[in-house]
Amino acid sequence: MSEMLTKEPVRTGEQSIGGLFLAVLKRDLLLSYRRRSDLVNPLIFFLMVATLFPLGVSPEPDFLAQVAPGVVWVAALLATLLSMDSVFRSDYEDGTLEQTLLSPQPLFVVVLGKITAHWMLTGLPLAVLAPLLGVMLFLPEGGMGGLMLSLLLGTPTLSLVGAIGAALTVGLRKGGVLISLLVLPLYIPVLIFGTSAVQAAVTGLPLDGYIALLGAMLALGIGLAPLAVGAALRISVSG
Amino acid sequence: MAENKKWMPRWFYQMASPRWSYEIMGKLMPWFAIPAAVLLVLGIAWALAFAPQDYQQGNSFRIIYIHVPSAILAQSCYMLMAVAGAIGLIWKMKVADMVAKSCAPIGATMAILALATGAIWGKPTWGSWWVWDARLTSMLILLFLYLGVIALHSAFESEATAAQATAVLALVGLVNIPIIKYSVEWWNTLHQPATFTLTERPAMPAEMWVPLLIMVIGFYCFFAVSLMMRTRNEIIHRERRASWVRELIEKQ
Repeated sequence: MSEMLTKEPVRTGEQSIGGLFLAVLKRDLLLSYRRRSDLVNPLIFFLMVATLFPLGVSPEPDFLAQVAPGVVWVAALLATLLSMDSVFRSDYEDGTLEQTLLSPQPLFVVVLGKITAHWMLTGLPLAVLAPLLGVMLFLPEGGMGGLMLSLLLGTPTLSLVGAIGAALTVGLRKGGVLISLLVLPLYIPVLIFGTSAVQAAVTGLPLDGYIALLGAMLALGIGLAPLAVGAALRISVSG
Repeated sequence: MAENKKWMPRWFYQMASPRWSYEIMGKLMPWFAIPAAVLLVLGIAWALAFAPQDYQQGNSFRIIYIHVPSAILAQSCYMLMAVAGAIGLIWKMKVADMVAKSCAPIGATMAILALATGAIWGKPTWGSWWVWDARLTSMLILLFLYLGVIALHSAFESEATAAQATAVLALVGLVNIPIIKYSVEWWNTLHQPATFTLTERPAMPAEMWVPLLIMVIGFYCFFAVSLMMRTRNEIIHRERRASWVRELIEKQ
């Protein structure tokens, strides 16, 4: 009996921070995999928004090639935003979130795991799908690499920042529109450097600077956003 | 133990009492209201009638006397809101929450004023109302942040939760302040660099920058007065069930 009691904490000790991170990641991925329509919806939305531009603005290849970086980035940003509301929603509703907050595990890691899962289900597929949109919008081939790279570096920042908005509004019944209002202003710097990177790639200029800035924003986001998300979750759950 | 706790000045703890804050703000208000009135009238008269014309822009540059103070104030107000929010989060001080709440509408108004005067100034000098330049865009983001804070605050029913949530949002949005401040230095923009810096003398002649300085100080005094009025209202509203507020109302 006493052995069991002493063994228990040792076992959780072995399950280190990395283990916790992986466990949260695995759980969230599994949960989303079981609701597959939710997985595909942001991607369909991404495609549809990009389809609206040639129809609504102009189908001229020259014009579309010019606006393509911005259109793909704005579509990716909106698609991320659309799926943001659900990150903590179901956990909040079934009480899992409260248990997570009460557990002795570091909230920072749990939150980071959930955000990583969200990114793997939205940002990553969006980045993979982006060349298709690039072809649809006549983006010059030289820009494809830049587009994917900027999306790969930029979308995790979008997920991190968006999670702050999601955490702040999770306790509210109508959080959807409010999230966009809170988060969109904070998305603007990522959008600016993301599209600038693609434009630089299209014109053949070096994109190191933009990629470095996107990376810096991502590093800042990984370091600070989970703290803000944690604080926001505690407020939302207690209030 | 008791001595360990005294690392903050006494007035800081007294601020936690809504009643004390209400009274001290009432006493302080004339000390800001009178300078605000004097400085703003003096500054406007000097700026519009006596300051020399700009050799390139003529009289149109005179809008600087509204534009610069409101832009400076919009940023300072955001920082005050974030700091007050942080104090509210850390020390659970109700009055700090109320100050943060009162900051948001004032700051949003100042940001709108700065953007509007900037647009009016931009038309004769740059030839267009709006340019997508770094300073302008980051100022617009600041306005959106204010609007987000106001929207988030009104979405919560409980005042305490609303205050905490908006404090977190305000602290996150603080990232934007250095971007606005240095946007004119980091990027090559149409917008001119800052008029006032702490380390150098302004590039303008004294007849031009002295009235501007008067206007800036006048705006700050005006801001202090309106912030205190709003906060006092907020205190009275939230403490309406407290006996001292009832006595106050009965006296009138």
